[in-house]
Amino acid sequence: MARDRGIFIEGMRKRYGEGETAVDALKEVNMQVMPGEVVGLIGPSGSGKSTLLKALGAVIEPTAGRMILGDEVIYDNGWLISDLRALRRDKIGFVFQAPYLIPFLDVTDNVALLPMLAGRPNGESRQRAVELLEALDIAHRAGAMPSQLSGGEQQRVAIARALVNQPPVILADEPTAPLDSERALAVIRILNQMARQYQTAIIVVTHDEKIIPTFKRIYHIRDGRTHEEAGEGREFE
Amino acid sequence: MISLAARDVLHAWGKFVFTGVGLGLLIGVTLTMAGVYRGMVDDAKVLLNNSGADLWVVQKQTLGPYAEPSSVHDDVYRSILGMPGVASAANVTYLTMQVQQGDRDVRVMVVGIVPDGPGAPGYLLAGRQIVRSHYEAVADVGTGFKLGQVIHIRRHNYTVVGLTRRMVSSGGDPMVFIPLRDAQEAQFLKDNDAILNERNRTAANPAFSRPDVLEAVINSQSNNPFVNAVLVQIKSGFTPEQVAESIRRWKRLQAYTRAQMEEILVAKLIATSSKQIGMFLVILAIVSAAIVAFIIYTLTMGKIREIAVLKLIGTRNRTIAGMIMQQAVGLGLIGFIVGKISATVWAPMFPKYVLLEPGDALRGFIAIVVICILASLLAIRAALKVDPAEAIGG
Ligand SMILES: Nc1ncnc2c1ncn2[C@@H]1O[C@H](COP(=O)(O)OP(=O)(O)OP(=O)(O)O)[C@@H](O)[C@H]1O
Ligand SMILES: [Mg+2]
Repeated sequence: MARDRGIFIEGMRKRYGEGETAVDALKEVNMQVMPGEVVGLIGPSGSGKSTLLKALGAVIEPTAGRMILGDEVIYDNGWLISDLRALRRDKIGFVFQAPYLIPFLDVTDNVALLPMLAGRPNGESRQRAVELLEALDIAHRAGAMPSQLSGGEQQRVAIARALVNQPPVILADEPTAPLDSERALAVIRILNQMARQYQTAIIVVTHDEKIIPTFKRIYHIRDGRTHEEAGEGREFE
Repeated sequence: MISLAARDVLHAWGKFVFTGVGLGLLIGVTLTMAGVYRGMVDDAKVLLNNSGADLWVVQKQTLGPYAEPSSVHDDVYRSILGMPGVASAANVTYLTMQVQQGDRDVRVMVVGIVPDGPGAPGYLLAGRQIVRSHYEAVADVGTGFKLGQVIHIRRHNYTVVGLTRRMVSSGGDPMVFIPLRDAQEAQFLKDNDAILNERNRTAANPAFSRPDVLEAVINSQSNNPFVNAVLVQIKSGFTPEQVAESIRRWKRLQAYTRAQMEEILVAKLIATSSKQIGMFLVILAIVSAAIVAFIIYTLTMGKIREIAVLKLIGTRNRTIAGMIMQQAVGLGLIGFIVGKISATVWAPMFPKYVLLEPGDALRGFIAIVVICILASLLAIRAALKVDPAEAIGG
């Protein structure tokens, strides 16, 4: 199995609480997403999607299981909090339902902030940001504040931010929920394009009927267990 | 790395600046309160400096002449003059009263002086010193009198022949200097009716019923052989304490040196006021801290989402804490600048002297920075508790 880059999860479990009140949010999660691939993650309410996203996003610690990110074993026997912060910064990109841009930074600096946090010089960070903004066709709004952008434009900036440190994996949580179907498909098109261009593994958590047919592969999660399924992989271009 | 604190402030500067200005006015009040205290101390020192004396000779067992009433016979100065080490000695009287200035009443301290002796105003803005022994006055500009105007004190009118400045009592009331004789009379004599009443009462007293005795008694009642203090200047080669000691021993009077007078004025006379102001400063510091804490906390709570996102994308706690603390200190800086400017603008409008010392401003600045840092801790604690998982949501 080729595990370099991409994300590999095996036997992941997560239990909230102890004893009587314990909740097994994740019971058996197995996933693998290859570099350049975009997969869907769908499931009913309470099935464990958010819990899985938090575990993949290194903000909560799973109770058991293995997780390999790129060529690095992230979780096997335990991990350190300080490592997790750097891990999130360098290895994982996040795209949320709402773009959650930093309102007091302009578009360029919203994207450039990540390399800056990683200690890159301001000039180099901004240059990388502008390159991505160009790739996402939003460079003409580079100097605008987030509040001056449309919802779709904000989401593209958020995608640029997720990509800027060239992480092996991007986690997208309902990225198309607030968008109409044309814009939703545009976002998916961009994600596919970026996945290929930057060899990133992208996991999209969604309920959105408009985009589900576009995935070639889908993980269903029910009651804390994942099941892999082939998707329609419908062409949308 | 860019300054997140500065960007955030620039983005929402309106709220920030308004809060800063509000805080600044409060800081201005605080600096002014400190200035009021410094002004009081300075008034006391100026009073001592301007009297030009090395020793104050006053009634025994009193803290006179400024902190307590004191009364000394007006011939005592002659025998003091004869003592070793004494260069000059002059009687002086102090009387605080209201006088009419135009249509308003001003509270002044009327000082009876011997022209050219210790106690006379050392510096004139305009006009000349008192040269005639009656009915001339030198007034502090703070009284509002102009050269040539007339001051009515008790039964007499005094023409203003000279103007001086920064001559105030320890209570900050501007001074009016008049010749000693007139001042002694002013202290003693009330008005014509009072004199008449007093005479009638004396005449009605059977003990004074012999005509020659009555005459003598009435005469002795109608002049005042007392003054409040004798101001002494000493010769070089003698220490003030040396001379003071021999006056205490031989003249059965109290003599205070300059240092002792300062102690009386600063430590005793204005002690209660300074405690009063101290309380004010403590309360103002607490109120300022509460304002900074509240506003920084509110601003931070308004950014919880952004803070969660910042943490999720890998921002250090240190960076987030720094952002909040920098904003608190920034608020303090705006406040300090506004406060310093407003205090400087409104200090001269105060009726009493307000002395804004650079040292107080510096201490105030340090206190503000410390208060802001402490006040931001609450917000920092809240921000550090934010879970990056919140950015992902449920
Ligand atoms: N912090 C927690 N403590 C205890 N139980 C939790 C916690 N978070 C989630 N759970 C439980 O774990 C299970 C999975 O929750 P999760 O939020 O992962 O579901 P979800 O698939 O995201 O649902 P939805 O689509 O409604 O957001 C639920 O039964 C939930 O009640
Ligand atoms: Mg959820």
